[in-house]
Amino acid sequence: MTLPSRKIYAVVDNNVVVEMKGISISFPGVKALDSVDFTLREGEIHSLLGENGAGKSTLIKALTGVYAIDSGSIQVLGVERRFANTADAQSAGIATVYQEINLCSNLSVGENVMLGHEVRGPFGIDWKATHAKASTYLNELGLHIEPRSPLSSHSLAIQQLVAISRAVVVDCRLLILDEPTSSLDRSEVEQLFAVMRRLKDRNVAILFVSHFLDQVFEISDRMTILRNGQLEGEYLVGAINRSTLISKMLGRELAELDLIGRAATRAIDRSGAPVLKVLGLGRKGSIEPVDLEVYDGEVLGLAGLLGSGRTELARIIYGADRADSGRVEVRGVPAHLSSPQQSAHHRIAFSSEDRREEGIIGDLTVAENLVLAVQAKRGWLQKVPRAQQQSIIDEYMVALGIKPNNPNALIRNLSGGNQQKVLLARWLATSPQLLILDEPTRGIDIGAKAEVQQLVARLAEDGMGVIFISSELDEVLRVSQRIAVLRDHRKVAEIDNAADVGVSSLVELIAKEGAA
Amino acid sequence: MTRIFKHRLIWPIAALVALIVLNSISRPSFLSITITRGQLYGSLIDILRDSAPLMLVALGMALVIATRGIDLSVGAQMAISGSVALTIIADSKTPNSLGTVVVAILAGVAITLVFGLWNGFLVAVVGIQPIIATLVLMLAGRGIALLITGGFITTITSTPYAVLSQGHVLGFPVAFLVSAIAIAIVTVLVRRTALGVLTEAVGINPSASRLAGVRSRGIVWSLYGLSGLLAGMAGILYSSNIMAADANNAGINIELDAILAVVLGGTSLAGGKFTLAGTVIGVFIIQTLTSTITFLGVPPAVTPVFKAVVVIIVCLSQSQRMRGWISGLRPPKRLVVTTPNETPIATNRTTA
Repeated sequence: MTLPSRKIYAVVDNNVVVEMKGISISFPGVKALDSVDFTLREGEIHSLLGENGAGKSTLIKALTGVYAIDSGSIQVLGVERRFANTADAQSAGIATVYQEINLCSNLSVGENVMLGHEVRGPFGIDWKATHAKASTYLNELGLHIEPRSPLSSHSLAIQQLVAISRAVVVDCRLLILDEPTSSLDRSEVEQLFAVMRRLKDRNVAILFVSHFLDQVFEISDRMTILRNGQLEGEYLVGAINRSTLISKMLGRELAELDLIGRAATRAIDRSGAPVLKVLGLGRKGSIEPVDLEVYDGEVLGLAGLLGSGRTELARIIYGADRADSGRVEVRGVPAHLSSPQQSAHHRIAFSSEDRREEGIIGDLTVAENLVLAVQAKRGWLQKVPRAQQQSIIDEYMVALGIKPNNPNALIRNLSGGNQQKVLLARWLATSPQLLILDEPTRGIDIGAKAEVQQLVARLAEDGMGVIFISSELDEVLRVSQRIAVLRDHRKVAEIDNAADVGVSSLVELIAKEGAA
Repeated sequence: MTRIFKHRLIWPIAALVALIVLNSISRPSFLSITITRGQLYGSLIDILRDSAPLMLVALGMALVIATRGIDLSVGAQMAISGSVALTIIADSKTPNSLGTVVVAILAGVAITLVFGLWNGFLVAVVGIQPIIATLVLMLAGRGIALLITGGFITTITSTPYAVLSQGHVLGFPVAFLVSAIAIAIVTVLVRRTALGVLTEAVGINPSASRLAGVRSRGIVWSLYGLSGLLAGMAGILYSSNIMAADANNAGINIELDAILAVVLGGTSLAGGKFTLAGTVIGVFIIQTLTSTITFLGVPPAVTPVFKAVVVIIVCLSQSQRMRGWISGLRPPKRLVVTTPNETPIATNRTTA
């Protein structure tokens, strides 16, 4: 008796390695993936693109068995699969290399490559043969690494390549590379790409995720764009240009984006000393030296894609991370902002993009969270008097419309938008002269978004300096008077937000080719 | 009624009451308190008195645990302070003068404050894991105490010093009063100032606290100092009880009892929210347990096993899942949090 199945599937599509159809995954209150189709073919490098929250990681986690899918089907080589866990996905031939490398750094390169596939002789493992075989595998990928050298003696880039070569040993059909290049320099990226091309020649499908668009265009054959959990489209790399790609990721046609209204551009008095002046401030590996000025009543927008260095810049200005070059002046006076306390002393406030990890104190109440920055500034000995606490709470609960209007609720039980308002209130209560907001509207609903934008505009009108970071360009345009554009960890432009500036001109600045 | 059952101290209190009931059934005299020459006597009073060293240590431990830390060196620090105080008294020409005793106590407590700050330095400034940082002093501390006493068990006769463990004031044992004052001072220190809430903030979310401008380093540092200071006082009480500085046995394993008391009281070892009232109850549970074991005639060799059983029962009674099983053998509920006008957000699965 013969099994015809293989042949039947082969007729359907000869090349398809993985076919995901109608994949939906919901988390309570959020539809993370909404009926997404995704196809990976033999010997292609396929990039998965989208901004934060688009559903990239959820899709990858569905494919690697981390999340169970709610509906839809996953076929690997024509066979319907249901992944209950990561081991299922691995046995189906799907290998993943993450940013943080999951190898044993205390073992040798060869031992790592061959782990679980060691060559056995009559007396147990034949280490000589094992290392020889590891060497063969490595050479096939063009890697000339001594297999007996300890893994920890190699750079991160080499370790990553070793992790990838493991994929060859386990004979994977699909290799997932999630942000593999984020910590590599240019020559290391070249080396990685060379290995990727060799794997491609061996008919391995590669799923590549990177927020460096240059690299995406250089290495990919095809790209799939996700937005808000939905499939935006699949494109051959030659069929789409950079600006179109960015507008697809952001979800609006360029012309349409330009029509969005914005706050009237106000004239900013730049005659006096700026609230904050930054000269050559930088940190190796995260942001190249930058000059910036923010004046009273001015909103300076930082535009750039994820990973462009916008968050890194905000963090070193605030002193959350230490700068290793440059200097800072507050109102014309040289200042030393190397810790949050020093910044708070200069009345500079910073709200992180990561609300949960770096914003809220989850198990404390709304009231305690709200008063935290004022309290921290006074030191532990001088507790903010109850009456003053109450007046701060009353004022901001109402002013920002925090719901539920219950200062004794635990903050972790509030919605994202309300948590964000509490965090803003936390800083506003310290009456800062400069407010740095990193993605203050991420992950909150439209209504709360508009409220936060209005609040920022109002604060600036009242004279506060604001640095406003957002991946939504129309939002940046709506609130900012000046916009600094960042790309690949550098400031590449700074423009006045005049009437002729639109999202398309920002996209052009962000997308400009030939950066490196 | 349901509100009472939801109070977070209900289970520790229930455990304590159960232990007391058990004791009073098996020996009716357990609850009786007699007054002899204006002084209170009885099993309950003994428990109050004997719990004093553990109480002091546990108060400090609760605060250190709230910062996501732990202090394993408290037992060794007890040995150090006892050695210092008794060496000073033994070397003094006037061991019975109040002045000598006060100087000795202050010296003993001061030196453990310094050692506590050393622990805090290792944890908060150098960034060593608390368990390792304090393990250093846990191991070295008894050696230091032995160096101070010259390798001997220093014994003294000093009436004022003996008062600490044997005397009574206002009818109550002095040791108990010392621990009561410590409870009061620490409570005022953490709740009347912002120390408590800032400590909780640091313990719950260190990076968010840092970005909010909280001087977490200073807070963590000083709490280890406070823990050292309280352990030092505990060492004084212990040495006063036996009138000897026994470097090898003073406060032996007390760090474990203190951690236990903190946990029994309902403070999570993961740090963050802490409860001093719960810790106090936890200490009484452990002390009552010790006295129960002695009374029931459990052989000393199996005492730890008996203790372990009780601890497991108390911990199980506090476990959410276990409570779910007990009340109708329902499967544990999914953690769902809601705010009035919102859809439920489950916390056991998060969006990427």
